[in-house]
Amino acid sequence: MSTLEIKDLHVSIETEQGEKEILKGVTLTINTGETHAIMGPNGSGKSTLASTIAGHPRYTVTSGSIALDGEDVLEMSVDERAKAGLFLAMQYPVEVPGVTMTNFLRTAKTAIDGEAPKLRTWTKDVKEAMSKLKIDADFAGRNVNEGFSGGEKKRVEILQLELFKPKFAVLDETDSGLDVDALKIVSEGVNRAQDENNMGTLLITHYTRILRYIKPDFVHVFVDGRVAEQGGPELADRLEEEGYDRYLNVKA
Amino acid sequence: MSETTTHIPDEKVRIGAPSIPGFTEEGENLSPINENDSSPLGGASAKAHSHGGGVGVPDSSRAGRLTSTNVEDFAKLTGREEDWRFTPLKRLKGLHSDELTGAAPKVELSGNDIATLTVVSSDDALNGVAHTPDDRVSANAWKYASQTQVVTIPKNAEGAKASVRITGESLAPAAQHLIIVAEENSEATVILDHVGSAVLAQNVEFDVHANARLTVVSLQAWEDDAVHASSQQALVAQGASFKHIAVSFGGDLVRVNPSARFIGERAEIELYGLYFADAGQHLEHRLFVDHAVANCKSNVLYKGALQGKDAHTVWVGDVLIQKEAVGTDSYEANRNLVLTDGARADSVPNLEIETGLIDGAGHASTTGRFDDEHLFYLMARGIDEKTARRLVVRGFLNEIVQQIGDEALQERLTDTIEEELAATDN
Ligand SMILES: Nc1ncnc2c1ncn2[C@@H]1O[C@H](COP(=O)(O)OP(=O)(O)O)[C@@H](O)[C@H]1O
Ligand SMILES: [Mg+2]
Repeated sequence: MSTLEIKDLHVSIETEQGEKEILKGVTLTINTGETHAIMGPNGSGKSTLASTIAGHPRYTVTSGSIALDGEDVLEMSVDERAKAGLFLAMQYPVEVPGVTMTNFLRTAKTAIDGEAPKLRTWTKDVKEAMSKLKIDADFAGRNVNEGFSGGEKKRVEILQLELFKPKFAVLDETDSGLDVDALKIVSEGVNRAQDENNMGTLLITHYTRILRYIKPDFVHVFVDGRVAEQGGPELADRLEEEGYDRYLNVKA
Repeated sequence: MSETTTHIPDEKVRIGAPSIPGFTEEGENLSPINENDSSPLGGASAKAHSHGGGVGVPDSSRAGRLTSTNVEDFAKLTGREEDWRFTPLKRLKGLHSDELTGAAPKVELSGNDIATLTVVSSDDALNGVAHTPDDRVSANAWKYASQTQVVTIPKNAEGAKASVRITGESLAPAAQHLIIVAEENSEATVILDHVGSAVLAQNVEFDVHANARLTVVSLQAWEDDAVHASSQQALVAQGASFKHIAVSFGGDLVRVNPSARFIGERAEIELYGLYFADAGQHLEHRLFVDHAVANCKSNVLYKGALQGKDAHTVWVGDVLIQKEAVGTDSYEANRNLVLTDGARADSVPNLEIETGLIDGAGHASTTGRFDDEHLFYLMARGIDEKTARRLVVRGFLNEIVQQIGDEALQERLTDTIEEELAATDN
């Protein structure tokens, strides 16, 4: 079993008005095999948490720690974090010019595993994973995310999740912008990765509907850069009925 | 999107939209004196057109460019001239001002024995069939080239391969004159492979006879200290196709000016280019496609990568569709990818159209930046920074590499691109 441990994390960004603190002390522990949902209103800092875990240079950790099985994640470069088994499915996947999906997937897989995948099985794996996620075969020849629709980009993020087999995945609003069919397809992909690799999941979402397909073990309500409340799946049901007003009112 | 197609010849469009979705728009990065770049369309400017060694009246239309084999007809360069304003004259090592009496680079032909290499004197009738100097350096080369090497692809030849290795062995300013004749209905690939060290002013003529298919790769693989100004002009006859690929990555200052003129109908010209500028390097390409007759087709695509402090590239693409050139189909584009701060890409497409009766004409110029978000995405997938850059650049330039059609050369270029990337990593 592996553990991802976030302790009293404070994160700031540079804005035109100077430094702005966005995460104000986040503490969270996830073990492999567990699914944690992080729910919260827009602007509460969910993406900031996700990007900080992945190591995006825009975010500065001012105090606190992130550890993966005791190893200091904050000391690792972005690619080292991926190689250590962390994966971020981005809210807005980036279009990368000039690089085909095929080339990208193979290069990333080689980097993560530390050795090139066996060509024959790899090609087959990619094909199968694509077909399960209903990604058209000719996407393999297209440049990474270039001209993909919002939903296609999300499916391609999950494709990578299935192929790279991380220990922990952070899914940042993977559900947003998906219709019901696509939501099902994507959720099945996440569930497969969990079943096959005993992956730990940090599922960031604004809405509860994805939780019908991916069952969380824990739910954390995120408000203004902090975890305002946590509980089991029943907390999500309550949010479904009441929304975030309760927390926002407390804040006001 | 970045592409425009101009059907109505009354407007000059210049665009700087990102070629690559997701790329930050850089637009053109033009020198302060760019304001002087007026490029009037058609009309009176075309009247000054001068052929065959006469002295035309220079004006800002490409058609009016002074052409002459006599260097004295060209004024001494100041660096403010339209066609020299981006070039650091100080680094030309006298190619524009001095006697070019150094030893010309050695010329050796290899390949599959179909093409022949002969040497003729500089006053042989072959000289100047396809070429008339249109700038001072080219005219200076004309004056000082003591002999001319002629590569001939015989009539009806198929699959001719001629690799012309041009080896510079001295930094004394030198002149060189080459002629490639593709005889009627021949098919050939000619590689001009420039290696070694040289300070060279060069004229290259391509005489492409009726129904010939000639592919030329001009590879500038010089050592770091080389200075090379090359004027390469093609005459493309009826039914012929001419494909020219300029590949520049070596040398301190490289300025290659490919131009191609149609003289018969139903011919095709493709001008491609690939350049990779490192810190301190100046790589310049100025091309000209002259649609002087009806029903011809041209396509231009140059792609460049820049990396390192004071890496500078210049691309100027002049396409002229003359009044007679009805039924023309033409497109030109330049795409640059800036990999680091401190590099500068100048890009100026000039499309002049003198007839409305064309099938299509368009141009595009884009400069994209490999930015932190691209890097973050790739690194978040475990790919280290060096490899990430490599992936993007290789992918970007590959479109041109694929045009080459010579496997060994393609491989060599791919390796070179890797080396270029590795060199500036440190
Ligand atoms: N580049 C930025 N400049 C200024 N403010 C930012 C920037 N990025 C994020 N923020 C602010 O940080 C807060 C948290 O944003 P984010 O983490 O994206 O929230 P969420 O994902 O929960 O919607 C918001 O108030 C947002 O406006
Ligand atoms: Mg967000």
